[in-house]
Amino acid sequence: MSLEFFIVTFVKIALLLAVLLTACAYSTYMERKILAYLQHRVGPSYAGPYGLLQPLADGLKLIFKEDLVPDRVERITFALAPIVSFIPAMLVFAVIPFSSEFDLFGLFPSATEGVISDLSIGVLFIFAVTSLGVYGLVLAGWSSGSKYSLLGGIRSSAQMISYEVGYGLSIVGVVLVSNTLSLTEIVSLQSGSLFNWFIFKQPLGFMIYIVCGIAETNRAPFDLAEAESELVAGYHTEYSSMRFSMFFISEYANMLAVSAVAVTLFFGGWAGPLLPPIIWFLIKIVAFMFFYIWLRATFPRFRYDQLMDFGWKVLFPLALFNIMLTAALEIL
Amino acid sequence: MNLDGLIFIISAAVTIFGAVMMIMQRNPVAAVLYFILSLVAQAVLYVQLGALFVGAVLIIVYSGAILVLFLFVIMLLNLRGDEDLGAPSAPVSQLTKFIVSIGIVAEFAFIMWSTVFSNSIPTGIIAGASDNFGSTEQVAKLLFGRYLYPFELTSILLLSAIVGAVVIARKEDKDEIESEAEASTDKVTD
Repeated sequence: MSLEFFIVTFVKIALLLAVLLTACAYSTYMERKILAYLQHRVGPSYAGPYGLLQPLADGLKLIFKEDLVPDRVERITFALAPIVSFIPAMLVFAVIPFSSEFDLFGLFPSATEGVISDLSIGVLFIFAVTSLGVYGLVLAGWSSGSKYSLLGGIRSSAQMISYEVGYGLSIVGVVLVSNTLSLTEIVSLQSGSLFNWFIFKQPLGFMIYIVCGIAETNRAPFDLAEAESELVAGYHTEYSSMRFSMFFISEYANMLAVSAVAVTLFFGGWAGPLLPPIIWFLIKIVAFMFFYIWLRATFPRFRYDQLMDFGWKVLFPLALFNIMLTAALEIL
Repeated sequence: MNLDGLIFIISAAVTIFGAVMMIMQRNPVAAVLYFILSLVAQAVLYVQLGALFVGAVLIIVYSGAILVLFLFVIMLLNLRGDEDLGAPSAPVSQLTKFIVSIGIVAEFAFIMWSTVFSNSIPTGIIAGASDNFGSTEQVAKLLFGRYLYPFELTSILLLSAIVGAVVIARKEDKDEIESEAEASTDKVTD
């Protein structure tokens, strides 16, 4: 391992982190703006032109707010929970290929892979990291010492455990088709033509993936963990200031991660004609984020028993059926 | 010192620290958290040995599923640090646990001694592993080839455990459920 490798990797990590955190901030702007237009409103429009500085203003406001710690909390786990939910959301991006080989406008001595680490078990790494994300919510719910937080935490952990099964099984179909666990190879297998995208080989797998992905990120219509009408705000009821905003950022980072994995596994990753690969990657992710917001504006929230029934009695058998079908087709 | 050695020492130290802290805790939630810390560091050790698959599965199965359920149960029972854990165990069982643990420590010491201070490799340790030993492909070939029957039998064992859990959790007979339902409706009307 040479010095060059360390420097190049460090620069890649720093760039990705900067882009990711900005993207999280502007996802909130995007959500508020699109939601507003879908509901025939204007949305944020005072801070800067078209309200473009709104995320910055929100961030500043949250930093300067008082960091309240209620009396009955378990202090250590209370402080740990936002960090625990934040880190897994970021880690997923370590294995996502965001571009073809590039040399950053000639700044790097030689062309480097457009991914921080091309693990041979990339898909399993994503499972492993996303399965750790649930701890943030569980710990926040438990350590807050408030019934709303506890109920929110229990709900969200039950939901995430249930939907993780379908989430994992839906990706197995892609692994069966591509015969590899490396994300870089999965992307290169989908290059060349639009019809090489795995969405055409795994339509059912994709549908299960996206439903489970939305449920995993606790987004509408599966946002029971923070059902305002029942639970105030769910697991983060007792949080304020920067600790609260870390939950907020990790929610958006999780949405971006689910979108990025969907793009990589089903929509050809960075592959695309004319425009540079990184631009294609971003376009596809933004399309997914729009889909997320569109769903939120369209569907009402599920009831809790409907959610559980749907996960175990519909998605789980369907995912198993998808695996059987794919395996049978692969052998034929 | 090279980077591999440094990573090994750090993750080995964290593994042991997490494991020791786990059994020293009185607060069940803290114990689970130290267990997770230990497992994550352990996964790093597996990855260093080239067993990427085992490392990833350790995180997915243990940290991602089993320990979440542990936490879930602890949360539902709402156990806190100052919980009364009952009377200390009987002298006979205390003696047994000391003898067993001293035996295990002696065994480990013997294995370490025979590896570090001699050139022979103790039996049970695979020497001269192939290049892709521990890769997903290799593990799959062993699981679905040579060890297919033990592997499938394990799944039957797990299935019977699930069925057993459901049977224990279910109410004994319908009368009981009905009488309880009546009792609860009575409470509501009161």
